Amino acid sequence: MGHEGDGVAGPAPDRVAPEPPAGFVSCDQTIERLYYYLDGELTEQRRIEISRHLDLCGPCVGAYGFEQELRKLVANRCQDHVPDALRDRVARALSEESAAAAD
Amino acid sequence: MADQEQFSDLAMEYMSALYTAALRMTRNPADAEDLVQETYLKAYRAFGSFETGTNLKAWLYRILTNTYINTYRAKKRRPEIADVEDVEDLYLYHHLAGDPSAGLGRSAEDEALDHFTDTDVKAAIESLPDTFRIAVLLADVEGFSYKEIAEITDVPIGTVMSRIHRGRKALQKALVDVGRARGLVGASDESR
Repeated sequence: MGHEGDGVAGPAPDRVAPEPPAGFVSCDQTIERLYYYLDGELTEQRRIEISRHLDLCGPCVGAYGFEQELRKLVANRCQDHVPDALRDRVARALSEESAAAAD
Repeated sequence: MADQEQFSDLAMEYMSALYTAALRMTRNPADAEDLVQETYLKAYRAFGSFETGTNLKAWLYRILTNTYINTYRAKKRRPEIADVEDVEDLYLYHHLAGDPSAGLGRSAEDEALDHFTDTDVKAAIESLPDTFRIAVLLADVEGFSYKEIAEITDVPIGTVMSRIHRGRKALQKALVDVGRARGLVGASDESR
């Protein structure tokens, strides 16, 4: 899980942990940080390392592409249409509230 | 300081997102509608304390989430757990993979995702325990950052990260279960 050693842009921004020099990361390290990478929550150096690994590694790119598709699926398959009755109800409740406040 | 008269102009555009989140939280339309109405009323009353220029959407989600937790969620004596110890990274990806020796994996797994319907995905999300469901909703459906989620749910960023991590694993497990029931995923790991 994320802590400063993982290069996750997390809490305590005033305390910068010393980063190892930019280099190659393994497949395991890439998969471990894949979600932070997708979330845009890695430090710049870590982001570059993962991105370089993905440029060169077919299996990791496959996994990355899948997780990206899955993210889209979860967002897109989870939308619901607001019933008109709810819009009316909320509008009515707010105008009653504002009328009551004006009294 | 924000002006109450501006409230409707600014806040109404988020109703569809709030309603979607409310449905996933309460799991039923009647409660979701009540929750959204209550959220708007509370937000309207408190709008004077909203700092103009800050994140209105996150502020509304904070009210929604707190209202849900305080009003609709069944009181629980013990903290919730998501049992994901046996769920490894890329759990769904590996379960959707056909013959691993075939070597043309990639698009096959991506295509397998297309078979999951709205109902499948909603059911999988709704099967997660509250805490993890809320974290996944905020991160993956709404696209809030870890920092925004920490503010919305009032917990440290480390806790947010852990909840999202476990919630996503639980979601992948739930999708595998749903997929298995629909024949999209092989019957068991042992069969492969």
